[in-house]
Formats: sequence, C-alpha cells, structure tokens
Amino acid sequence: MVKMTDYAGSQPAWCPGCGNFAILNALKKALVELDIEPHKVLMVSGIGQAGKLPHYTRGNVLNVLHGRTLPAAAGAKIANPELVVLAVGGDGDGYGEGGNHFLHSLRRNHDITYLVHNNQVYALTKGQASPTSDQGFVTKTTPHGASTPLNSLAVAIAAGGTFVARGFSGDIDHLVGLIKSGIQHRGFALIDILQPCVSFNHKNTHAWYKERVYKLEEAAYRSSDRSAAMEKALEWGERIPIGVIYRQEKPAFEDELPVLKRGPLAKQPMDPMQVGALLDEFV
Amino acid sequence: MGVDINFMVGGEAGQGVQAAGSIIAKALARYGLSVFADQDYESRVRGGHNFFRVRARDSDVSAISETLDVLVALDRQTIALHQRELSSDGVVIFDQDKLKDISPSGSPLGLPLEQMAIETAKNKQAANIVAVGAALALTGYDSAALKSVVLDYFGTGEMGQANAAAAARGYEYARVNFKGDLGRKVSPLGGPKRMLLNGNEALALGALAAGCKFVSAYPMTPSTTIMEYMAGKADELGIVVVQPEDEISAINMIIGAAYAGVRAMTATSGGGFCLMVEGLGLAGMTETPVVVVDGQRAGPAIGLPTRTEQGDLLFALHAAHGDFPRVVMAPANVEDAFWLTVKAFNLAEEYQLPVIILTDQYLAGSYATAERFDLSKVQIRRGQLLSEADPSRLASYKRYEITASGISPRAFPLQSTALVVADSDEHNEEGHLIEDAETRTAMMLKRLRKLESLKKEISGPRTHGTAQADITLIGWGSTLGALREAVDLSTQDGLSVNMVHFSEIWPFPVEAADLALRGAKKTFAVESNATAQFAHLLRAETGHQVSGSILKFDGRPFTPAYVLRQLKKEVA
Repeated sequence: MVKMTDYAGSQPAWCPGCGNFAILNALKKALVELDIEPHKVLMVSGIGQAGKLPHYTRGNVLNVLHGRTLPAAAGAKIANPELVVLAVGGDGDGYGEGGNHFLHSLRRNHDITYLVHNNQVYALTKGQASPTSDQGFVTKTTPHGASTPLNSLAVAIAAGGTFVARGFSGDIDHLVGLIKSGIQHRGFALIDILQPCVSFNHKNTHAWYKERVYKLEEAAYRSSDRSAAMEKALEWGERIPIGVIYRQEKPAFEDELPVLKRGPLAKQPMDPMQVGALLDEFV
Repeated sequence: MGVDINFMVGGEAGQGVQAAGSIIAKALARYGLSVFADQDYESRVRGGHNFFRVRARDSDVSAISETLDVLVALDRQTIALHQRELSSDGVVIFDQDKLKDISPSGSPLGLPLEQMAIETAKNKQAANIVAVGAALALTGYDSAALKSVVLDYFGTGEMGQANAAAAARGYEYARVNFKGDLGRKVSPLGGPKRMLLNGNEALALGALAAGCKFVSAYPMTPSTTIMEYMAGKADELGIVVVQPEDEISAINMIIGAAYAGVRAMTATSGGGFCLMVEGLGLAGMTETPVVVVDGQRAGPAIGLPTRTEQGDLLFALHAAHGDFPRVVMAPANVEDAFWLTVKAFNLAEEYQLPVIILTDQYLAGSYATAERFDLSKVQIRRGQLLSEADPSRLASYKRYEITASGISPRAFPLQSTALVVADSDEHNEEGHLIEDAETRTAMMLKRLRKLESLKKEISGPRTHGTAQADITLIGWGSTLGALREAVDLSTQDGLSVNMVHFSEIWPFPVEAADLALRGAKKTFAVESNATAQFAHLLRAETGHQVSGSILKFDGRPFTPAYVLRQLKKEVA
C-alpha cells in the first residue's frame, strides 16, 4: 500500500498560508487513496508558484516552460500511456501563456489530468493581473482595472472538454475527491482550483471564496447535460459552484491511436531493417 | 560525349505538372541513368506558372542545367517564358488545338493533347500524360517500359490503364509524325536498380530507419511532406504522427515524448522554427534529445513561401537564449538527408541535446537517383542509460549526475522504479531547482563539457577538384551538386577551380576546415543568402577571410553555369 510518506518531498518555498499547500496535500492524498506509486506518476509543470509543486513531493517530474505543460504532457502520455500524467500550473500559465494549448488539449482529449491553481493573480512576478482576475482588479500593470476575466470552465466545455471541474483549496476532502475522479476519468480532466494568494490578492481571499462556494454534489445537479453545464460554468459572483460541472464519456486521444494497442511506444523495438520495404517503393 | 538530356514540364498549378515530371524522371531512372529533378511552384493551388525540370546523364548528375532539350508546355505561358532556354535541336511539345496561333522556335511538336486524352482516358486532365508519351518517344524510350512506369505511378486499376493508354497515344503520334531529330537518345544502361527520391523522402526514411517513434509537426512548406510521408507509414511502422495546434506545441510535445523514452522529431520551416526557439532552449536545459528539421525558405517573415534559401544558418546556430550545446547538420543531397538524419538521432541521444537539420526547399523537393540505402549500416546508439542491475542506484538516481564527460546516464519514467526529474530551471544533480552560484556554475560546465567529445563526431568538409587550384569555392548544404559541376566545367572557361563543402556545421570542424583551406589562394563563399552567413561563421571559427562571395537570394537555386558566370565577373 502506498503511504503519504512515499510522497514526502522537500520543504515548499511558498508563502505561509498559501493555498498551494492544501492543493499539494490533496494531490498526495488522492494518489495515496488510489494506491498509485510515485514512479508510476509523471507530473509536468509550468512556471509560476504552482509550477514548483512537483519539486515538493515525489514522482517523475518534467518541469517545463511557462504555458507549455500540456503539449509536453501530451507527448509523454503518447510515448508511454502507462504513466499517470498530471499537468500542473497556474491561471497565468494555463489560460494566458498556454491558452492555445489549453483549447486544443481539451479538443483532442489527451488522457491527462490538469490541475490549474487559480488564484486570479500573477504571484511569482509579484502581483500583476491574470487572465482570471476579476473585472476592475487594480494592479501595478492594470491601474485602470483588469478586463473581463476568462471563464475557463465555459471555454473548456465549449472546446470539447470531457471532464470539467472546479475545486477549492479551502476544502481539501472535496478536492481529493475531484482529483481522484479526474485521474480515473479516461480523457482530459480539467480541475480549476480556487486558491487564495495571501500576498498579492486581497480581494479574492480565503474568506471571500468560503462565503461563496457551494458543492454541486449537494445541489441535485446532473453533470451530463452540456447546456446546463455551460450555464453552471457561467455562474460567478455571490455563489460559486464547485464540483464536477461537466462530464462526458468519449475515447481519449491515445485510445484512438491503433499503434498504441501494441503497447507503449517507449517499449517498441527499433529496427532499421523494417524500412527495407519502403526503400523498395522508390526503386 | 555521353548522354545529358534535359526536360521541362511547365503549366498551371492543377494541370499535372508534377505528375508528368515525376513519370519522366522515373522512366529515365529505370534505364539506369542518373537523374536529377527540381520543382518550381507558386504558393497557389490552381493557376499561375509551375515547372518541373528533369535532367538525366549516363554519369553522375546532381544539379540542374539552364538548357532544355524537351519542353513540355501544358499552357501558353510556358512557351513564352522558357523557349529561349531550348538547345539548338530542342523540341517544344504543345497542344496544337489550344495554341493554334503560336509557332514556337526550334522544331516544335504540336499534337492534340486534350483531344487524345479524352479519346484514351475519357478525361482531358490526362493531357499531361499524353505529352509525357510524346516526350519520351523523341528520346527513343521503349514503349513497354513507358507503360510499366505509368502503371507503377497510377496503379494497375482503371485509372492506370487509362493513363497508360494516354501515354501510348502520345508516344505513337510522336514516333510517326515528328519530323525533326532530337539529337539525344537514351538506352538502358543496366546496373543495379536505384531509388529516385527527394530530400524530404530521404530524410523521413532516415528518421524511420533510426527508430524515430514520434513526430509532432505543424504543416509548413517545404517540410510538410516529411510529416505527410511519415503519417502515411505510421500504422505500418508503429509510430505516431501528431499535427498539433502550432509549432510551439510541436516542439514541446516531442520534448515530452523524448523525456518519456522515444526518439522524437519535428519538421518545419524558418517561420515555424522561430516559434520553436523557446522549446529549443528547454531541450538544451533539460538535456532532452530532439531532432528539429528546418527546411529553409526565403525569409524573413512569410518571405517567398515556396522558394529556397540558406538564410537560417546563423539563426539556427544561435536560436534560444543562454549557452547550451547543440548540433547543426546541413545535408547536401538525398544520401546526406538519409544518413545525417540517422546520425542526428544518434548524436541527440548520445549527447542529450537538440540537433537541428537544416535543409531547404531546393533539397526538400528535388529528386535524385541514389543507390539503395544499405540499412545494415544503420546503427542505433542510444548513449549512456541507467543500469538497472543495481537496485541501490535506482533509489538514488540522479538525472543530472556530474560526470567527467558531462554526460549523465539517462533513465526513462516507468523503465524502472527510478524517479526521473527534469527541470527547465537551473537544477541540482537530482533535477530539483536551485539558485546557488556553485551548482549553477557546475551544471553549466557539465553541459558544455559534452562539446569536447561531441566535436570528434563531426565530419570535415568534402573537397573536389585539383589541390592547387587558383580559386576555391566554399559552400554548405544543398549547393554541393552545383558547386561540383561548376568545378568540372571551369576548365572550359579557362579557370582553375576547386571546392570545399560542408554538411556538418556545428560544432564547427575547425581543424578539418583549416586543413582543407590550407594553401587555398582565392576563396569565394557561394551561398543562397544575402549576407554570406557561412563566410561569417568560417571567419569566426578559423579566422579565414574569404576573398569574395557569390550570393543568390532570389528564391531560385544555383546552377553550375550561374556560379561560373558570377565567378568570372568576380575575377575579371
């Protein structure tokens, strides 16, 4: 049995009180509860405070560039589908710099679980507006207030997402459940995780989220209806839903590659002689 | 004098210029002749003016000629633009019904191409194949051999039979009605059967032979046919080809795949390579082996999308911020495109770094005959890998272990219980991010140390011509054929010329370059770019200052005659 100590890593360099601690704990718990050993996990992370997460636990790690988690994760998953692939990044990383990859990873439905630490602000660079900052959010780079925020969950549903969920770092047990469901989902699982930034976001604080979030599991909500899901994804303000907003069963990208039925690419033999027949076609 | 015969098929996009040219090239290659063919096309799907040139000799050929013996004109514009290129006994083949009002120079052969196409293939689209039949009849080509080539091209089904009938009709018409005499005839030479393939096909075959299992690429001329070819063979060969949302995704996908243990490649052109620069640095920092093909085209920006250039050399050498080792190859011909791609994958994995293969539109789309590649000579060398024999090593595996060679044994996730930690931040031996000065310095030196042994893997330049020539031409990449022939032809012009040509560019083969240029009198850099980029590199690495340069940046390839004309102006 896998234990929490198997996932013990070095001391995080995050601010005391940061929501990232809860997300890290929830991730470890989810992996332990699913009994997945660290060497079977690949965490691909971007740049930002969230991108450091894999360094504070144990597993295979590919810490890539800002915004580029999803293509790197997809490449690794195709090369070896036996890996449990998690992509980890923040709102700026995933929805700003990596926006195009976000759209198309949803559409292709790679079998990876994507955790977006969404604190609605750029924290690593010390407090600029992010794509999800609330409208009017004033920072040094947005003195007149931020523009309309990107609703990543609505975008995800529109882009063909097959598992679209929101969690909250203030409710670890609920988040553990979401991450487990995301890992078990065959296809692309987006889990947008609301988390306070104690240093740079004094609007969307722990208390602010706490007052507003409610669990869809307790609201007699069916996550299989795409139109209803779109409506639910757009709900933001006095009440903010957390839980699985939309879920659909569909073959993952990797399921549709006939070559992978022979086993992982990484384990296939490399034989120059198999090109012989191709050479003959040019004679 | 032996056989040296030159064909051109010209017409609008959509008229089957490429099909007709390919069949002529294939037919001549089947006779055992050396064939070289290039394509000139516009960035459009219909209309405009495209042409396909085919040159065949009974001795080696690797460049185009400026003189035509048979001009197959599928439209009016082809005659207007190209009849002045005809040799004294050259022949224009054209549709006499459609072009009633013209009288081409030389000895023209007008025939009702479309009418014959309709009669034989029930499709006027087959006019190009009627013309192919006529063209080959002029050379004395065997009609049964022609039929076999057409059937190989179109298949033996209804479409193949229809086109074979079209070719036979054109052939027969020309045989009976052509009153002139094309002084150039061909006959079978025998010898081993050779392949006829273009640079992109050879490169794709090299990648497949080298065990490349994953390709992620975004379509961009002139590299698109690499991914198309490999995608067509993917299920058969057990590889995956993905077309992602952009080139940024493409390079990051192959980095992910290579990290997970497979040989991976992307192919693009300069504009797409611009987008990959950030990812190239990631491969450098994480020491992930990837192969990146930049099929150069005329830049900057969109440039001339379908035309050739060697303008990305200094960019490829310096792309991405910071210092990290890389390899840059520039194949000279289809043989190089195959073998240097195999080498690229080996060096990428043995030295754990990105390898850039610089081709160009000219090499990518030009066809040449080549001996069948000897696959028994393909070696797959994956470099140092973690030994799984010792379980204690697995638990304490360090992806970036500091070693004397700078090479740290690789491991792949799930290959064992070892955890593989790779980081784009500066990192310690375990792969975790650090900021301290000592570790940073040690890691930078470790990565750069790989260059010391890597340098020994790089081959020096090819030379051609007499050692004591008055003039030395210096080139790199796809210009080899033109330079070689220019050297051969130079004596006719009373010049004494030899050549030094590079196809393995970085790490720069300094000693071999010094040796090759020792004793050179006047040196001229011949390059398809506007600023003599290779001459700049040569001076930076060896101190050698060229006497002058012959540069071409109009999107069209060098011909041997052009090189000599420019050279004469330079030395006059």
